[in-house]
Order: sequence, then C-alpha cells, then structure tokens
Amino acid sequence: MNPQTTLPPTPAALPPKNVKPGAAGKRGGGGRRSEVRFFASLGHVALAVWAVIVIVPILWTFLASFKNTTEIFSSPWTLPAELRFENYARAWTKANVGRYFLNSVIVVTFSVLGTMLFGSMAAYVLARYKFWGNRAVYYLFVSGLAFPVFLALVPLFFVVKNLGLLDTHTGLVLVYIAYSLPFTVFFLTAFFKTLPTSVAEAGMIDGCSHTRLFFQVMLPMAKPGLISVGIFNIIGQWAQYQLPLVLLSNAKEKWVLTQGIADISVNAGYEADWSGLFAALTIAILPMIIVYAIFQRQIQSGLTSGAVK
Amino acid sequence: MRHGKYPFVIGFLFVPVTLYVVFVIAPYAQAFQISMTNWRGFSAPQWVGFDNYRRLFDDDNFWKAVQHHGVLLLALPLITIAIALFFSFMLNVGGKSSGGQRQGVWGSKFYRVVFFFPQVLAVAIIAVLFQMVYRPNESGLINGVLMKLGFDPVLFLIRPNLALWSIIAVLVWQAVGFYVVLFSAGMASIPGEIYEAAEIDGASRVTLFFRVTLPLLWDTLQVAWVYLGIAAFDAFAIVSVLSVDGGGPDGATTVLAMEIYRNAFVYSKYGYASAMGVALFFLTLTFAALTLRLTKRESVEY
Repeated sequence: MNPQTTLPPTPAALPPKNVKPGAAGKRGGGGRRSEVRFFASLGHVALAVWAVIVIVPILWTFLASFKNTTEIFSSPWTLPAELRFENYARAWTKANVGRYFLNSVIVVTFSVLGTMLFGSMAAYVLARYKFWGNRAVYYLFVSGLAFPVFLALVPLFFVVKNLGLLDTHTGLVLVYIAYSLPFTVFFLTAFFKTLPTSVAEAGMIDGCSHTRLFFQVMLPMAKPGLISVGIFNIIGQWAQYQLPLVLLSNAKEKWVLTQGIADISVNAGYEADWSGLFAALTIAILPMIIVYAIFQRQIQSGLTSGAVK
Repeated sequence: MRHGKYPFVIGFLFVPVTLYVVFVIAPYAQAFQISMTNWRGFSAPQWVGFDNYRRLFDDDNFWKAVQHHGVLLLALPLITIAIALFFSFMLNVGGKSSGGQRQGVWGSKFYRVVFFFPQVLAVAIIAVLFQMVYRPNESGLINGVLMKLGFDPVLFLIRPNLALWSIIAVLVWQAVGFYVVLFSAGMASIPGEIYEAAEIDGASRVTLFFRVTLPLLWDTLQVAWVYLGIAAFDAFAIVSVLSVDGGGPDGATTVLAMEIYRNAFVYSKYGYASAMGVALFFLTLTFAALTLRLTKRESVEY
C-alpha cells in the first residue's frame, strides 16, 4: 500500500525542518542504519550501567551478610571465606529482627484486610447508591489524598493516646486503615462504576439482599480492582516508617521491621555488629525479591495504577 | 433501589467513615487549632495567636528545611524524569524497526523488571542499605573501591555540601524504575503509525523523541511531576535514617517533616510543631496549584 495514503493527520509528529519529501528516500539508506546502531549501543550501555547500579548494592549486602567484621573491613569486595549463617541467627534472635518481622506481618495482614473490607464497602455504596450526602462523603474521603500526614502528626498522636491505643498493634492497624481509605475508596469507587448493572439487577429480582449482593456478586466481579489496590496497600503499609515510629515508640517488643532495622542502624556505633546488620538487611530485602519475582507483573500494575487513573 | 436502602447504606458507611473521621479528619482540624497555642503536653494549652508562626520566621532550621525542599523539588523530578524518559524511550522505541513496528532494545523486559525492584523496598530499609554503601571508610561499598585504588575516601554524608545530594541520589535510585514503567505504559499507547509517518518524513531518533514522544506523553509527565513533587515534600524516612543525626550534619539535610518530628516528639513543643505542619500543608498546596496552572497545555489528541 502506498504509505502516503495511510498517513493519519499528525500535527505534532511532523518536524517542519525535516519535511523534504524528496530527501526522505535518500535518508532512509545507510545514515539511518548507523544512527540506529549508535543509539541502540548508547542505550545498551546506559541501561546496563543502571542495572548494575541497582543490583550491586543489594548483591553486596547479601555477600557481606556472610562475612565477619574483619572481612567486611579488609576485603569488602571479595566473597566471604565461609557461609556464616550464625550472622543470621544473631540478627534474628539477638537483634530481634525475627520479632520485628513477625510484627510487620501481623500488622499488615490485619490492616490490609480491614482496608480492603471497609474501603470496598464504602466505595460500593458511594458508587452504586443514590442517597442524600453521597457526594459529600465521597469528597470527604478524596480530600484526604491531598493532605500530608505530618500536618496531623501531633493531634493524631494524642487521639491514639486518648483512646488508650498508644503502643498497641490495634492502634497502628486502625490508623493504617484510616490513612489508606482515601486512595482505596477513590480507586474502588471508580472501579465499581465500571461494572455492569445488569447482574446486580438480576440478583435483586431474585430476592437477594443488598448485603448478600455485595459479598456474593459484586466483590467477586471487582476482583481485578481489589487485587491492584490490595497490592498498593500491602506495599505501602509494609514500608510505613513514620507512623509506627510515633505510635509505637515506647514498646520495643511491638516494633515493625522498618523501625527495628532503622533503629539497629542508627544506634550502631563503631563497635557495632556490622555483619549482623547486613544479615538483618538481607532478611528484610530477600522476601521482597522473592515476592516481586513471582508477582512482578501484578505489582508493577498495582503500584502504577494510581498514577494512570 | 427499593426496600431497606438507607439502613444498608448507613450500615456500610458507618465503620469506614467513623475510622476516617476519628483518625484523619479530626487530627487535621485540630492541627490548625493546636498551632495557635503554646501547648507542651502537660498544662492546658494557652492561646497565643500567630506567635508560633512569627517564631518560624526567625528559625534557622525552618528556613534551611524550606530551602532543602526547594532543592529537592527541582532536582528530584528533573533528574528522575530525565533518566526515566531516556530509559523508557530506549526500552520501547530505541531498537530497530521491523515493518514499521518500533521495538525496544534487546533485553527490554529484563531491564524493566530490575529497574522497578527498588520501588518495592521500604524507604527506611533503602536508607539503611545506603548507609552501608556510603560509609566513610574501607567498609563502605564506594569508598572500599576508592581506597583500594589509592584515592581518599569521599565523605558522602559528612560533608555538608555533599550530604543532601547523596540523599537525592538515593531517592533517584529508588524512583527511576517506577517512572520507566509509567512512561513505558504511556509510550505503548502511542500509535505506531505516527512514528512511521514521522520516519517516512525523515525524522531522526532525536526528533522522534522531542517531536512525537514528548508531546504525546505530556499528561503522564505531569502526573510524574506531581508525584515526585509530593515525594520532595516528604523525605522523612530517608533523612531521619540516612543522614547524620537526623538532618545533619548541622542541619545540612533537614526537612520539615524531620523538624516537626523533632519539635513534637523530642522537645514536646506541640504547638510549634503543629505550626510547622500547617506551613508544610500550605507549601504542598501551593506547589500542587502551581503545577496544575503551569502545566496546563493543549494535550494532543490521537
């Protein structure tokens, strides 16, 4: 087919300087090919360098986690002489990393389940039911997207304190849920609106209650949206550092992983247990690599879905 | 919808709205109120009007923090977006074209997976990791190499004029992969015929990038700018873990969140800390409004 006839109107695509119909044929020759090769190789080098920059610090941490302190200082770039798993044992028990890890798992499990349940309940009602105040409630939730957490840090501390929930996992879980609601509601409301109404109407005619309709018909239909926002919340809440720092400060045995490892690192002086710290870091990073390797497609789309919306 | 609608609606909204109002809305409202008092946590708060805000004007650390937000706000989006744009262009249209179909360079998929990974890690964990990387003696990753080669160690986090840039580098390290994936999604939705047409007209790869990719990606770029801007106003986790004594050396890397945390939970100056929070809130708001105004531009339909 003659390419001239298939050209779509592309005002932005046509660089005026280069529009010389006669020259197009000649330019398509050797010049173009060498240009392609030049750019491809330049790109390759840059991409490879960045990949190294991303991988090397993590790899180096893994290696160092098997070394002893002498090796860490004398030969930071060599392989460890032996695999010292005792570094891991020390980090896991003596430095409490095992405890912190378990705390993170407990807190994030409950808070993500709560976020998903309450977020989808509110989003469903806001998306599918007309009632007085619907818009007001929706904007109340969405306005939360605009506020930085630091603004509320001091009053939040006292709200939690007055409820007697300071230094408890319950308090942290409730706060995580509350702060995850704006995005969850915003995202899921848009998602519920895209679902077809016919299935719900059929259910209503069959005498299905509103609640049953939600749990047995709508939630299963909303699964892709729930997975995206669920991943977003898991990663966000797992990474949370500031809220636990403020809300769990006096209960060391309740600390979450980010807080615990940061504490080991910040308070480590010169006589610190470096190899133990490297092992602790590895314990924090390795599970993320495994989870990411398995679910990387879902994780990428889950984390970027907020930006695309 | 018919029978029993209101009990159902109220039943479903009750818990989420209560949680949200108690833990989010109420604290935000109180923050403005507390910022007008000299509350230190023990005696009843006394109303002092705008005193706290007046004191902010004379507070060196506050201005240092604001200045650092300014640097972060310019450097972080510019560097991250530039690198991410280059990479995603390479990954999507950098390779050879076969039958008019533009392809990425070899190994695109691998790079995308690797680049994105830091995004999955918690910032606090990354901060600890880079504390090791930056360490000022032979046990640090970078200085270990430099000293082996006979150079003096670079005191990344200790030299005041280097510390903030060392922190920005870590933020860029983490963020690039996310934006590569984001921009790639945007580029994938640009129809191939447009590239084909431009190429027939003899457009070089550089022209393709600036005249085709960039204008058609404008909306995505705007989103990226807002996201990175918001990140530039945060930076608490990285500064409090990575920098020397939380925002040091001597306030060279401090940010507002760090100052709020310190004033509230170390010095118990709750009123003053809240005033800083309110200031931060208005800074963020100004940034968002400005961005939306400045980047408003005819988006290209295709």
